[in-house]
Amino acid sequence: MSATKLSAPEQTVPPRPTPSLRGRTLPKYLPPALLGGSAVVCAAALYLLDRWNPAVWAILAAVLYTAAVTVLSAVVENRRKAVDRLVTSVVYACFTVAMVPLVSLLWTVLSRGLVRLDGYFLSVSMNGVTPSMDAGGVYHAIVGTLLMTLMAAVISVPIGLMTAVYLVEYGRGRLRQAITFFVDVMTGIPSIVAGLFVVALWILLFGPGHTNGAAGAIALSVLMIPVVVRSCEEMLRLVPNELREASYALGVPKWLTVLKVVLPTALSGLTTGVMLALARVIGETAPLILTAGSSAVSINANLFEGQMMSLPVFIYSQVRMGGAINYERAWAGALTLIIIVMLLFLAARLVSHFFAPKTR
Amino acid sequence: MTTTDPSTTTRAPRGRRRLGDVLFAGGAQGSGILILAILAGVAAFLILQSFDSLAANTANFFTTSEWHANTREEPAFGVAALAFGTVLAAAIALVLATPVAIGIALFIVYYAPRRIAAVLGYLVDLLAAIPSVVYGLWGIGWLVVQLAPFYAWLETYFGWIPLFAGPVSTTGRTMLSAGIVLAVMILPIITAMTRDVFLQVPQAHREAALALGATRWEMIRMAVLPFGRPGIIGGAMLGLGRALGETMAVAMILSPSLVISWFLLQSGNQTIAAHIALQYPEATGYGVSALISAGLVLFAITLVVNMAARFVVSRRKEFA
Repeated sequence: MSATKLSAPEQTVPPRPTPSLRGRTLPKYLPPALLGGSAVVCAAALYLLDRWNPAVWAILAAVLYTAAVTVLSAVVENRRKAVDRLVTSVVYACFTVAMVPLVSLLWTVLSRGLVRLDGYFLSVSMNGVTPSMDAGGVYHAIVGTLLMTLMAAVISVPIGLMTAVYLVEYGRGRLRQAITFFVDVMTGIPSIVAGLFVVALWILLFGPGHTNGAAGAIALSVLMIPVVVRSCEEMLRLVPNELREASYALGVPKWLTVLKVVLPTALSGLTTGVMLALARVIGETAPLILTAGSSAVSINANLFEGQMMSLPVFIYSQVRMGGAINYERAWAGALTLIIIVMLLFLAARLVSHFFAPKTR
Repeated sequence: MTTTDPSTTTRAPRGRRRLGDVLFAGGAQGSGILILAILAGVAAFLILQSFDSLAANTANFFTTSEWHANTREEPAFGVAALAFGTVLAAAIALVLATPVAIGIALFIVYYAPRRIAAVLGYLVDLLAAIPSVVYGLWGIGWLVVQLAPFYAWLETYFGWIPLFAGPVSTTGRTMLSAGIVLAVMILPIITAMTRDVFLQVPQAHREAALALGATRWEMIRMAVLPFGRPGIIGGAMLGLGRALGETMAVAMILSPSLVISWFLLQSGNQTIAAHIALQYPEATGYGVSALISAGLVLFAITLVVNMAARFVVSRRKEFA
């Protein structure tokens, strides 16, 4: 196609008067000015029509700006530049749209959660509190969440870590491929299915109707193992091969090389990975409703006996009760949960920042 | 680096097999096999426990919508409406989230100022860190209230489209609300995948496009999107897998009913996962076993979607 174009005789094209090599462009100050202008115009229009609504205003202003800048660009510049400006506006809008739920969620949880979140709320359980009573707290749920997550970690960290070691140091051939593939697939297991798995297992082992913290912990570890494997595998791959070779050259057996050279080198990364996995499962709700029960009200620190409340299930069951006071408890519980998750994230960041191996 | 002499590579020197080596290698391999066993166990136990109710079921499991399973006599239940609701909610989420996720990935990689791009990416990842139950609380406590007037407006002007037909739910606890919250939840998954593959686009391709006089959008259309297509598809399918199995947001937001309904603005429909979470505490008789069979269907659907997604993504790795 281009060949036929090129073969056209050059000299028949009349010389065009081009004042400059570049076409006309919109001045740099114009887009911000247009954005401000459309914001003001939309605000004024909505105010005059008595239909003031921040969401409508933002959408209208964005649409007006996009239309204005595209039309102006098409007139002054050219069609290609106009399309480019249109897409730029759309891409910026996409990011803004994604920030709306994040900001609104954090703001709502913070403002509504702070109403009830205090020392009293954190230090008492719901034992003897009727649903509509202005009392009660979340202590039993925090205890349950911490115990079950801890047990899930105790189960899944060794399995996950050893699997990662296998994949990086030992694995070869089909078994390695199969494990890699199915760990990926396992990441996608719906959390409720993990809960049902433990329910089915528990019926087989103990008969129907048994709920306890250990069942919840096992359901959580089904969800946690693949995450631990993934992150640990990535970290172990980062360990330079020279370290392993140096160790072999000194006659150290392979298992000691892994134990004393590879794992300590990757330690900070492994810790970070485990903490991120913890942050992921600590908010799981559905499997715990099925396995650890959803009606515990008192403090239960025994993983193997009786129902166990957790923070996510606490939030859910309060919402199900539906009263104003229940919503207040749910928001405060949500704030507590988010704070715990954020602390885990922060700790993970700090660990990876301060304890990272000095490679240089 | 040849394969002729294994002792020069990273493999341990040959010699007497030490006990520690045997134990450690065995333990590592055993853990890997244990994971395969757990996955097989999930499937096996679900199948085993669902037999009970499926054998007693008097209705066709795949074509019935009703759910009368909490009895010992003549249970009749099926997943038709549940499976439809599951796919519908996930489809809404996917349709809403994928374009936005591509936009965000483009923004972070090609539009945002270099210095703050990493921070902006971190903000999007933050969306993935928020527990699903908090999304559910936010949805029921804040979002549906904001959406209700919007739905009324949508019905007034677009009610002629069957999807948006009235009468509109006044509470806002509809399929569309659930889909929107699911879309927010899968947004970071699709974005992360898409962003990764956009970062891998060879610089030569992009510079070649720019050198030919392409605008930024033309560069993206000609160099970035064709290269990134498998990653986008894989990311979208991973997001789909997540949306299919998401429980709490739907269970808390949707006001359910076991019917097959295309009307997104009316209350109704229900997903498998939410149905299990809501029904389990009250399940008696064949109830638990019936819920396990519903869970088995969900497991099968997500397994297929996830395996397909992994297949697409891994193919890209081979060719890249």
